[in-house]
Amino acid sequence: MAKLILNGAEQEVAVDPGMPLLWAIRDISGLSGTKYGCGVGLCGACTVHVDGSAERSCQITVGDVEGKQVTTIEGLDPAGDHRVQVAWRELSVPQCGFCQSGQIMQAAALLEEKPEPSDEEILAAMAGNVCRCGCYQRIVEAVRLASTGI
Amino acid sequence: MTVQNRRQFLASSAGLVIGVALPLKGRAQSGAAAALGDGTIAEGAFAPNAFIRIAPDNTVTVLCKHIEFGQGPYTGLATLVAEELDADWSQMRVESAPANDELYKNLAFGLQGTGGSTAMANSFMQMRQAGAAARTMLVSAAADRWGVDPSTVSVEKGVVSDGSNSATFGELAEAAAEARVPVEPAVKNPSEFTLIGTDVPKVDSRAKSNGTAMFTMDVYRDGMETVVTRRPSVIGATVASYDDSAALDVPGVTAVRQIPQGIAVYATSTYAALKGREALSVEWDMSNAETRSSDEIFADFREMANSQGTVVEETGDSAGAIEGAETVLEATFEFPFLAHAPMEPLDAVIEVTDGAAEVWMGAQFPTADKGVITQTLGLNPEDVTMNVMLAGGSFGRRAQPTAHIGAEIAEIAKAAGGNGSWKLVWTREDDLTGAYYRPITVHKMRGGIDAEGNIVGWEDRVVNQSITAGTPFDQGGADPTSFEGSTKMPYDLPNVTVDWVKADMPVPVLWWRSVGHTHTAYATEVFLDELLEAAGKDPVQGRLDLIKDEAGRDRGVLERVAELAGWDGQRVKGDRAYGVAVHESFSSYVAQIVEVSDQGGMPKVHKVWCAIDCGVAVNPNVIRAQIEGGVGYGLGTALFNALELGEGGEVRQKNFDTYRMLRISEMPDVEVAIIESEMDPTGVGEPGTPPIAPAVANAWRALKGESPRRLPFKQAGV
Repeated sequence: MAKLILNGAEQEVAVDPGMPLLWAIRDISGLSGTKYGCGVGLCGACTVHVDGSAERSCQITVGDVEGKQVTTIEGLDPAGDHRVQVAWRELSVPQCGFCQSGQIMQAAALLEEKPEPSDEEILAAMAGNVCRCGCYQRIVEAVRLASTGI
Repeated sequence: MTVQNRRQFLASSAGLVIGVALPLKGRAQSGAAAALGDGTIAEGAFAPNAFIRIAPDNTVTVLCKHIEFGQGPYTGLATLVAEELDADWSQMRVESAPANDELYKNLAFGLQGTGGSTAMANSFMQMRQAGAAARTMLVSAAADRWGVDPSTVSVEKGVVSDGSNSATFGELAEAAAEARVPVEPAVKNPSEFTLIGTDVPKVDSRAKSNGTAMFTMDVYRDGMETVVTRRPSVIGATVASYDDSAALDVPGVTAVRQIPQGIAVYATSTYAALKGREALSVEWDMSNAETRSSDEIFADFREMANSQGTVVEETGDSAGAIEGAETVLEATFEFPFLAHAPMEPLDAVIEVTDGAAEVWMGAQFPTADKGVITQTLGLNPEDVTMNVMLAGGSFGRRAQPTAHIGAEIAEIAKAAGGNGSWKLVWTREDDLTGAYYRPITVHKMRGGIDAEGNIVGWEDRVVNQSITAGTPFDQGGADPTSFEGSTKMPYDLPNVTVDWVKADMPVPVLWWRSVGHTHTAYATEVFLDELLEAAGKDPVQGRLDLIKDEAGRDRGVLERVAELAGWDGQRVKGDRAYGVAVHESFSSYVAQIVEVSDQGGMPKVHKVWCAIDCGVAVNPNVIRAQIEGGVGYGLGTALFNALELGEGGEVRQKNFDTYRMLRISEMPDVEVAIIESEMDPTGVGEPGTPPIAPAVANAWRALKGESPRRLPFKQAGV
């Protein structure tokens, strides 16, 4: 039995504390917005916030986040209208959409840390998030839009 | 109006739908595409045909016969309907059509399916007529209600009015269901379009930015077990024996069962299933395996390229012309196996309840999967329900003529027996090592130039496996998907021979974004560029001088991209070099010019200018997105990707560490010009991919003196 604080709500999950957070979020807590893409921390599709920092949920366990605040795409904004999400829609960023939860969580964490990142800082922060559809150009533009409004 | 009359209409109206049944049953319980349409068809909904449902709540739901995996058919097909219906965009909803070849076949294939960049081309008139028919029926219902002549009734942004009365579609839905179905609904002239040709917002952007978009991976059923299958690491190997005792000791593992695809581990969570699979011990029978390495296969293919194959295009006498030429160039180009690596690996969910099955999967040929599931489980077709889910990319990987994922999920249910629900998950390792690759290919080229610098002879010999052999797409004879693009070049070359040497091996191969064009565009556009260079000609003007009179659309995109890039004939400026390529695929024409520099021995692509002619640009923003994505997909592959069989045939690349994806910092700035056209629309999902690799290779040669003979660049050691 382990305790998770998921999107502000505390819950007890009956799992091995060694279970990767990704699978606990999806299979046990039933939040499917966080995606599996590689399982080894190389694609960023599973990115969530742990105490506000972007983390690969496939690379940390339920035990690792005991007592910490875990935020998933479902908890980023109650209405799904976080400025990053609004910018994403405005610029039609998603194609297949499978990597986008991770991209958005990564971008949101960046803007919390650096409200007005330079293009270089955007590229550096987003470099671990793979998009096979090639939405990259729009992702940079959308992070910029979310940051500065233009 | 009775259903019988609607059926007569459907059966008799050429080009609209040929069908006898109107599926009305909602699929809400599935969650299939519920993020978009709500998955239910309301009481009293107006169903003018198989594609449109107008509900009393004033929503218009389009049943999209094409799978949505980012290329935009949900938005595109809904745009076509909304245009002719004069609907308001905000009332449009989209969900996936059920599996039904009669109603939802791809008019380009004859069976339900998505591929070959055909979604818009085959739907353009069909969906517009569907929308126009519904509009006519709404107008007729309104005219009856108000006692006016239908000619006085107009429709604008979802409101039907005659000047003094007005009604929404929802208010008219029930009455419209009784209206006469028009036999030949007239569609608009392109000059009347208000939505087609505009950047209509995509219907799926919200669901894909808030985590609610439902992919197959996201389907959870009560009591569902997750299943992973241990597959061979050498392609074609089969299970000789296995020991599951350690696997069964893993908490959460409920069963281990042998299925034709390998050893399936059933568990209460993905974590437990994966741990159980790790604990399996399997001995493999290698008697039918491909045990050659990629290097050995290449060596065999180079040898095969010394003998003539099936001639698939011939004009004049290429051998004689090349023999008499002033200058002769030869080149052998080698292309590796490639995996598609969609972000969502392959998966499927099945639920069996008392002799009926419901299936959720990102099926690109849903009726093929349904067929194999029906057969494997011994069910009646009417008892198998297919939910075509949003898919996290495909790039060809989900277009499975063998229906191997449908077969695997059915075998999993069959092996378990009885009622239950199971989710099959392929891991990334399964995805990369699981075959169905872009075939290894060798092109052996020869070209001759006379003393005046004219190309007088051209030969292109292609060696590879057939993708379609043994599938329903096999047309007998030479398989065009092996050499398409090497044939029908836009250039007026006097003596040409293209031949194909068919290779047979036990590695399953598959279409990969742009299929044969993935290698033919590279071989032809790099080799042509080298011949032009040897003849002292400009790469753009040299091509324009060669383009046939009838290839006006190739000319159009090449001229447009040269203008966009400000091409001035200088291939190198400072540390930057420029290269060009033009290639038609799937009846769309694309030219690209790239700006490249040398970054640590690898090309850094700074800028891509692109011109595309795809007929009527239904949604320019979606077209630009597909070009951007097609460029990124082709570029990352050309730079980094080879799926290699190592010694003994073991697949070397198992995850993204060794099969490296293009990253955001490596994405060039892509600028797209869309040629204005009133020609019927053609594909945009694939045609952006073929020109990027040859354009980069041509720029690289300007900088370094050589274009790679084997892709990717990384492996070529350039």
